[in-house]
Amino acid sequence: MRNVFLFIRRYFTLLFFLALQGTALWFLFTYNRFHRAVGLGMANEITGWTNARYARVDRYFHLKEENARVHRMNDSLLNLLHGAFLFPDTTVKSVVDTTRYDSLRGYRHYLYRDARVVNNSVNSDRNYIQLDRGATGGIRDNMAVVGSDGSAVGIVVNVSPHFSQVMSLLHVQNKVNASLKGSGEFGTVEWDGKDPRFLTLRNLPKSIQVHKGDTVITSAYSYSFPPGYLIGTIAEIVADNSTGFYVLKVRTAANFYNLQQVHVIENLQRDEQVQLAEDTKKKIEEPQKQR
Amino acid sequence: MSDLVRNIVRFLAFLLVQVYVLNKVPHLHRFITPSLYFLFILWLPFSVNRMGLLLVGFFTGLSLDYFSMTMGLHAAACTLIAYLRPFVISVLTPKDSAEFNYREPSPRAMGWTPYLVYVLILTVFHHTYLLFLEWLQFGSLLEFLVRIVSMTGVSLLLVITVELLFPRKLKFRTNTA
Repeated sequence: MRNVFLFIRRYFTLLFFLALQGTALWFLFTYNRFHRAVGLGMANEITGWTNARYARVDRYFHLKEENARVHRMNDSLLNLLHGAFLFPDTTVKSVVDTTRYDSLRGYRHYLYRDARVVNNSVNSDRNYIQLDRGATGGIRDNMAVVGSDGSAVGIVVNVSPHFSQVMSLLHVQNKVNASLKGSGEFGTVEWDGKDPRFLTLRNLPKSIQVHKGDTVITSAYSYSFPPGYLIGTIAEIVADNSTGFYVLKVRTAANFYNLQQVHVIENLQRDEQVQLAEDTKKKIEEPQKQR
Repeated sequence: MSDLVRNIVRFLAFLLVQVYVLNKVPHLHRFITPSLYFLFILWLPFSVNRMGLLLVGFFTGLSLDYFSMTMGLHAAACTLIAYLRPFVISVLTPKDSAEFNYREPSPRAMGWTPYLVYVLILTVFHHTYLLFLEWLQFGSLLEFLVRIVSMTGVSLLLVITVELLFPRKLKFRTNTA
């Protein structure tokens, strides 16, 4: 027993070093769980505060580009205005039983909230974007984020009271459902962690025609993104001979180098959709296992 | 300024420069992130004991991790160099001169060549360990090796620049102090 104590005393620095290493590695490899439980609350408020101050200065230098982008976006919205169209009277009267919703007004599916980027990176293989709007501003996990010009940017993965953290499309764990604009064939957009200008579109069968320059948009099957938001354009077609699928290089539509204003989009029916999918799984698959 | 105040100011300066300047400037290449913050650990006074070094190293790394959303990555690398620092210093300097006359490692205290060797060894350890941890999760071997060499080169250049731009006026330690 005495020898044990002597040993500990003699190698105390080494043991302390190993303990600290262990703690650091534990943080590193259980990052998400730990961070969610303990780290984010306090630390995100502090880093968020300094990041917000930095962004206030940095924003000034990009005002011009941002202004042009907002102007383009406004322009495209003006084109959608009711007044920009003529409606010939086609005299079809539809009668819908409206017990719950006014069928003319429609009910809201997506809710948009604006937010500003306070921190952003493109240099890592796991890039995150920090927004100055958090749980008190209505942000929740899994909301979609699009840039001020309507291009897909990422998905909210973590929130603190006043800030939220977005997993950028430039993140190796990121997977977004995407489809081709013309044909509507869908695949998955990922990032290989190399060049921040290009994403990879997979799972698109070779049976369809694909051309350079084709537009890739968010698909209608995504729980987070509303359909039709621009992800990018196809820059290179790599035929993967071992499978029946294309591997397509997609040039990102969003310029991740100077993001500033974004919209956070909430799918108001997401919970219901996810719940239904899970319930279906339970209902169909589990009774079969029991048999 | 006392040693404590001086080092707190230094810590904040290094952290802010690393997070808001070096991590933000357009990089030479996407593999090369210029990194300088670990110089804070190399500049700590000789008088800090080994346990203190380890703790300071751990928390320096952790603070950077909070900004870069890589929990534990830099903390692990910083703890490693904080642990190795006393060994490297004792190998490079004769016991009777520098450690007793000067407060902290600097080109003036140790001489340019031993000082640069000291910086080089710890930089290589820091980057190798850091990139190794990144590589474990994601990456290829060639990329890993190229990154170690290039990032060490860039860091060394930065350290030399800092030493030339901000020569630390270290008082010769005397009995009265």
